[in-house]
Amino acid sequence: MRGLLPAALLGLLLFVRAPLAQQTADAPRLTGPTPFTKETPAPPMQRQVTDDVRRRRNYPDQPPLIPHAIEGYATDLNANKCLSCHTRKFTEQSQAPMISVTHFQDREGNTLGGVSPRRYVCLACHVTQTAAAPLVPNTFTDMDALVGREPRAK
Amino acid sequence: MLWSAANHGPSDMSALALAWRRLSENAWFKTAIRPPAYLSLAFLTLGGFAAGVIFWGGFNTALEATNTEKFCTSCHEMQANVFEELKGTIHFTNRSGVRATCPDCHVPHQWTNKIARKMQASNEVWGHLFGSIDTREKFLNLRRHMAEREWARLKANDSLECRNCHSSQSMDLSKQNPRAAAAHEKSLFTGDKTCIDCHKGIAHRLPNMSGVPGWQ
Repeated sequence: MRGLLPAALLGLLLFVRAPLAQQTADAPRLTGPTPFTKETPAPPMQRQVTDDVRRRRNYPDQPPLIPHAIEGYATDLNANKCLSCHTRKFTEQSQAPMISVTHFQDREGNTLGGVSPRRYVCLACHVTQTAAAPLVPNTFTDMDALVGREPRAK
Repeated sequence: MLWSAANHGPSDMSALALAWRRLSENAWFKTAIRPPAYLSLAFLTLGGFAAGVIFWGGFNTALEATNTEKFCTSCHEMQANVFEELKGTIHFTNRSGVRATCPDCHVPHQWTNKIARKMQASNEVWGHLFGSIDTREKFLNLRRHMAEREWARLKANDSLECRNCHSSQSMDLSKQNPRAAAAHEKSLFTGDKTCIDCHKGIAHRLPNMSGVPGWQ
């Protein structure tokens, strides 16, 4: 089994040389393992970042990340656990950041009395992070860094 | 006048006296109250002790047998709804493999309270026999009602079943994340709130939470 794996990898390398060169070894391949009947072990689950420290947004419109554990939090028709802390009326006791004013608007921009239904499913935009290394290298550059690099115009 | 009317002959004896006379003429009763003529005192005391062990032991064994997860989930209502929901939660699956079973949270450990709860639970047998929640729809319709009963019970006994394992004395706040530590310091240690006030829906899914304090 141990002898086969490097050989399989070598074969793979020869077959898909060009795209693989840009990826790390862990990068998911759309074609799956070769041969396709082979079962590959799933990579280990990574721990969530739960240190309660707010993360900087990479761009102004980025939904803020969740820096705490959310395991078992209900978000369904019956209950929304996130709002037990982040909704306006509970922020004093929870000291959690309030959901932004955009969450009280419908898609036409009309202000509503409560959370807009389209903003109800928190995890559609806000996510937790893990310490996992990215599967593919990320070349994102912060806008400030981009602006700073430009030569100043006279 | 009434006094004299009630007292003028043996045929007018009160109902109690009549019952007593009938009882004392009964052959079984006569045998039961007569001192034993053939059985030795040793047989009766030791036999009584042995019979006590068998009957009390049997009662306790039956009680404990109904106090297991296997018994609870032998009913379709528990198996298909609440037990399935429990499986994904930390009280069923976790890193160390210690887990809570149904009676750990839903039946008090102390004897008197346990018997009281067991007597209440006979109502649930009734519910099972008459199919009160034998479909998912019926279960969901009654979920808020059933959840409220459990919340009220845990609120009234200061979350006793939680505290059977989660002792506030043994709770190390420095091992908790700051958010949890602050909340426990503010609400739990001051006695301001009890476990169930904040930790609803940790082992099962929630009913419609509209109007429940602390929920949007």
